[in-house]
Amino acid sequence: MGCSIAGIIDEKGNRFSGEKIICAIKKMYLRANGLGGGFAGYGIYPGNKDDFCFHIIYNDEPVQKNTENYLKHDFEIVKGEPIPTRTVKSIVNRPLLWRYFLHVKDEIKKQFYEMTEEDIVMRSVMKINGAQTGAYVISSGKNMGIFKGVGYAADIGEFYKLEEYSGYCWLAHDRFPTNTPGWWGGAHPFGLLNFSIVHNGEISSYGINKRYLEEFGYQLTLHTDSEAILYLFDLLLRKHKLPMSLAHKILCPPLWSEIEKMPADEKKFYETLRIIYGSALINGPSAIIVSDGKRMFGFTDRIKLRPLVAARNGSKFYLASEECAIQEVCPLKKGDVFFPKVGEPAIGSLG
Amino acid sequence: MKKSLLFPDFTVIRDPDKCIQCEVCVRQCAFDAHSFDKAANKVETDASKCVSCLRCATMCPTGALTVSEYQQNIRKNKNWTDKQIKELYKQAETGGILLTGMGTDKDYKIIWDHILLDAAQVTNPSIDPLREPMELRTYLGSKPDKIQLKIKNEKLKIEKPLSTFYSPLTKLPPQLKLETPILFSAMSYGAISLNTMRALARASDECGIFYNTGEGGLPKELYKYGKNTIVQVASGRFGVDPDYLDVAAAVEIKVGQGAKPGIGGHLPGEKVTDEISQTRMIPTGTDALSPAPHHDIYSIEDLSQLIYSIKEATEYKKPISVKVAAVHNIAAIASGIVRAGADIVAIDGLRGGTGAAPTRIRDNVGIPIELAIAAVDSRLRGEGIRNRASIIAAGGFRNSADVVKAIALGADAVYIGTAALVAMGCHLCQKCYTGKCNWGIATQDPYLVKRLNPEIASRRLVNLIKAWSHEIKEIMGGMGINAVESLRGNRLRLRGFDLHENELKILDIKPAGESM
Ligand code: SF4
Ligand code: SF4
Repeated sequence: MGCSIAGIIDEKGNRFSGEKIICAIKKMYLRANGLGGGFAGYGIYPGNKDDFCFHIIYNDEPVQKNTENYLKHDFEIVKGEPIPTRTVKSIVNRPLLWRYFLHVKDEIKKQFYEMTEEDIVMRSVMKINGAQTGAYVISSGKNMGIFKGVGYAADIGEFYKLEEYSGYCWLAHDRFPTNTPGWWGGAHPFGLLNFSIVHNGEISSYGINKRYLEEFGYQLTLHTDSEAILYLFDLLLRKHKLPMSLAHKILCPPLWSEIEKMPADEKKFYETLRIIYGSALINGPSAIIVSDGKRMFGFTDRIKLRPLVAARNGSKFYLASEECAIQEVCPLKKGDVFFPKVGEPAIGSLG
Repeated sequence: MKKSLLFPDFTVIRDPDKCIQCEVCVRQCAFDAHSFDKAANKVETDASKCVSCLRCATMCPTGALTVSEYQQNIRKNKNWTDKQIKELYKQAETGGILLTGMGTDKDYKIIWDHILLDAAQVTNPSIDPLREPMELRTYLGSKPDKIQLKIKNEKLKIEKPLSTFYSPLTKLPPQLKLETPILFSAMSYGAISLNTMRALARASDECGIFYNTGEGGLPKELYKYGKNTIVQVASGRFGVDPDYLDVAAAVEIKVGQGAKPGIGGHLPGEKVTDEISQTRMIPTGTDALSPAPHHDIYSIEDLSQLIYSIKEATEYKKPISVKVAAVHNIAAIASGIVRAGADIVAIDGLRGGTGAAPTRIRDNVGIPIELAIAAVDSRLRGEGIRNRASIIAAGGFRNSADVVKAIALGADAVYIGTAALVAMGCHLCQKCYTGKCNWGIATQDPYLVKRLNPEIASRRLVNLIKAWSHEIKEIMGGMGINAVESLRGNRLRLRGFDLHENELKILDIKPAGESM
């Protein structure tokens, strides 16, 4: 069966409560087993929209202290506070959950003059997560945040009081983990800078995707293959400056037999992409929703071994594992729903 | 004549009830083990001359011949084996270094047989290669780290072709396109017969892969297979001229070979026939000597100069490969070769074959290809230069599972030599250096050469490549992988079984039983 995923974006940028995405993901509870759920919300921190916002999971207080000291070294901490939560019976063994609004210090920018601010943030995230001391930065973008944990997604949403937030784009994931035990950092979504991703599937190419990413300084520490997809997006979009549609063609390229049939220019283009980026190809059954805060992008693996449906209604664009999840939050008319074709992404964009 | 103390390697038994005295065996054995005794009017056998190539037994119309290990053994001794003792007698009698052919037969641990492959179950469906596409296509050559684009039109519509919005600014260096990640290893004209070469060339053409001329030049009649030919430039520079470089798909600088690292080559004058003299561009009947080092390569800068001279000569249109033997410091050597500008690094391991090599060198120098692939791939990745060159692994690949394991360890493709010869009929008698190959492969004797029909041999090679490709697809499908690029370097799908901790560390694979 696998997990369930869902995403909603308002293409006009209207913000709406997190309640909607909770309802959508709740409808597909049969696809999950209560070992992990989570959400990503965009546009939720308008008051601090220019600060990097770190959501961090701590195992204990000493780790928090050390990590905060490390943060203070690279960043000005504009604000640091516990992430608000409420008591939910089924959510137990919670770690410490904090969020920080940060600026990169000028002297650090000077020291790493060859890096962008984003590179510096990535470096810090990799350092904290790579140290494996019990502190995990689970999101690090601007005006966005990831809320996740061990439990059914609907309970996690309630625990984090997501109905009190409003955002223009939301992703959600309810987990049926098979290859890794349930732990708070291992739940979806995964995030780095403004990217976040929810994934239903398993990547049979993970071993090479991981080694490829390590060549570019990424550290894969979360013990889950989905993390690799996130970093591949970051690499292709942010570091290699490629458009989203092209990144998709790199991760899920057309078959050679299809490429052979293309007109000369097109053929050459795809051939070049596959030759350069072979190690970035994602193999294995997957349905993936990814967002960078400007777009929400859904696609499946090359032979569509996991489900994904899309719908457009008014200014809202929806993606989900099952149509019922979309029905639950939006009265769909005939023609609103469509199934992304193999090899074609479904995209909702801001503005 | 002094009596030799050597005792035979093999026993040949002729069943008198079956033998019809037809003399087929007499004609088939170039080692003269069989003869017809006119006086006695019957076929006789001198088993001491037999090398156990099984030619006579295969050809005997009544199946009267059986060749087996020589039974009358010296007292068993694990340290002083028959083989050791015979080698001592031989050297005591001749005073010479021992020569041999093919790859080492010493029973070193074969690491391939201690690596196990993964398969998908439940959570990740396996893929049926008969129903779903399964892609083995492989490109060998240097790859840029990223693509740069010119944006022609900002407003992308997914229905429209990508090339209407972007065009790549990045120009791809020349690549070899393989339909399956296997190539035929370097075997030179002189060491092997023209018919053998013809078969390799034809099969490469039909399979969409490549064969390698080795260092013996390229006979003119094979120029038509240029697009499937990798030509070698070795220390003897035999047969190298502008046409030779021009016609090839790629050029390989041969620095070393797994069977004899650090050793040159020697083709005795009697093998340098008119045709060979023409292709090698040396006088008929003279010894063809390949010096141990290239006389213009004494350091890495020299290698770089040679690489770039050949790139200049071929107008940067062909990938340049550098072939080296897997020696102790192979990772650093490979890194140097990549930085020197090679597009492909070919690494030949301890078990690599040869037409002729000193036995001591063949059996004792180098490291296993398994460890070499892992060490080189890890090193190049660590330095961030893995993209800059492809890795071809060579040296004793026996079957498709070995190939899959090599690719998962990090090779882009593999060279097969011995396996291809066996497919054509070689029986691994290790006597290639004698020029008397009874199977018509490693010989220039016109009488023996005729035994290999290039048409049939090429068909057998095509079958082999097809069979292995099918098996590779089957294994990949089982892993839930449908493109070979997702297998390449994917060491997480390998597990070590009965391997030492240090071997696991170098191979960078987990022990069997440990999960992701
Ligand atoms: S060398 Fe070959 S052909 Fe000659 S006797 Fe031995 S097996 Fe027969
Ligand atoms: S090529 Fe010929 S001589 Fe060499 S091992 Fe094979 S059968 Fe023997």
